[in-house]
Amino acid sequence: MLRIISKSAEQTYKLGEKLGKNLQQGDIICLTGDLGAGKTAFTKGIGAGLDVKEFITSPTYTIINEYNGSIPLFHFDVYRLEGVEEMYELGYEEYFFGDGAVVIEWADIVKDIIPQERLWVTILRSNEEDSREIIFDASGERYQNIVEELMQYADTSH
Amino acid sequence: MYKDTTILAIETSCDETSAAIVRNGREVLSNVISTQIDIHKKFGGVVPEVASRKHLENINMIVQEALQQAGINLEKVDAVAVTSGPGLVGALLIGLTTAKALAYSINKPLIGVHHIEGHIAANYIEHKELQPPFICLVASGGHSHIVKVKDYDSFEILGQTRDDAAGEAFDKIARALGLGYPGGPLIDKISLKGNPEAIHFPRAFLEEGSYDFSFSGLKSAALSYLNSMKMKDEKINIADVAASFQAAVVEVLAEKLIRAAVEHNSKYAVLAGGVAANSKLRQELQCLGSQRGIEVLFPSSILCTDNAAMIGSAAYYRYIRGVVSDLTLNARPNLTIGERV
Repeated sequence: MLRIISKSAEQTYKLGEKLGKNLQQGDIICLTGDLGAGKTAFTKGIGAGLDVKEFITSPTYTIINEYNGSIPLFHFDVYRLEGVEEMYELGYEEYFFGDGAVVIEWADIVKDIIPQERLWVTILRSNEEDSREIIFDASGERYQNIVEELMQYADTSH
Repeated sequence: MYKDTTILAIETSCDETSAAIVRNGREVLSNVISTQIDIHKKFGGVVPEVASRKHLENINMIVQEALQQAGINLEKVDAVAVTSGPGLVGALLIGLTTAKALAYSINKPLIGVHHIEGHIAANYIEHKELQPPFICLVASGGHSHIVKVKDYDSFEILGQTRDDAAGEAFDKIARALGLGYPGGPLIDKISLKGNPEAIHFPRAFLEEGSYDFSFSGLKSAALSYLNSMKMKDEKINIADVAASFQAAVVEVLAEKLIRAAVEHNSKYAVLAGGVAANSKLRQELQCLGSQRGIEVLFPSSILCTDNAAMIGSAAYYRYIRGVVSDLTLNARPNLTIGERV
């Protein structure tokens, strides 16, 4: 588990960008955190790391947004879903096991269908207004390697 | 001799199952909307799976009702129009499949319509004199676009949201304030009792000259405010927070729309989409518009919401230009405006 303190939305974006640069086909990134914690800001960074040129907008209404970058980015927001049945309806397997990287906001709502190996990122508000605690929890070797790549940024923030 | 054109239109892209009969693009013979909001209220938002299932239960009945209210038989319809995107794929498919079957059964053309182009066309129904070109702000739960309507079937996006849509920001703050769903009308209502200057929330105008929007900073600021009040154990004045939040959204939307109309020499600044029903936005626009010599137009509330009549209007202008779809028309959740469907 890796904890990084981000002092600003820009820093959260930059961390997303570093993560994005290391992503490959089939990678699954789960995101949790309160409304306004910075999940979409972090995902915008991931998009930048994947060379997505379009604006990454909130998928709250559309549930799934798809972007073309160096590899496709599938951006889920399952805030409105009641549970996993709706993910089956949406045909999530085609995205999870497809040719792109997957980011899922509010992933805890659909926990049961998240593959065992994944990177789970939790963004927590702190007492200082713009500061956030970002926790990276990797399971599986692939994701542990990704987190190790991010380790260097932890040191500079202490 | 001039012949009337009658279009049967279907809209199922999000909350509402709707069917309408529209004559010559501007005359609504019927516009039946089965609002699914009661179901969504329970969940505090649009639940896509629930939405598709309800659409499926409703659609045949709604189409029958639309024909009946218009007093015509299906055989009298000249074309069948349907929203083909953007929207929730499962919901779109219900409307699309129904429209295809109906068009095929009467051997008449099928016309796919972009949902936002439909919202813009709602103004053709309301304002018989309105013709392109003009500038339109389409603001709803899923969209915040400033569109230059160059012609009935030619559009240029001047600006759009870079993060959250305006209506979505309303929904999320309404939820945080414990007001319920849908957030827009509830915030509008309670704001009448609040002071819009009580709390100063940020206005994101972005780079100079930009027509883009960003509401996520405002959302975070409002949530931080609520959070800090809670931590200090101070009482929150919900009406003041709602009014101040609404003022921040409205100011940016109104200013950018009017500026776009001025800079593009448009006689009209036109409003469309669910957020067009917001009373404060209408008021602010009329005030700014009269200062700058711009006429502000918006549809009546029933045409602001998702409805099939607006789809029938947009489809008419495709039909008379011979732009029709074929039965391979598919649901396109990420369809871009102006794209041929």
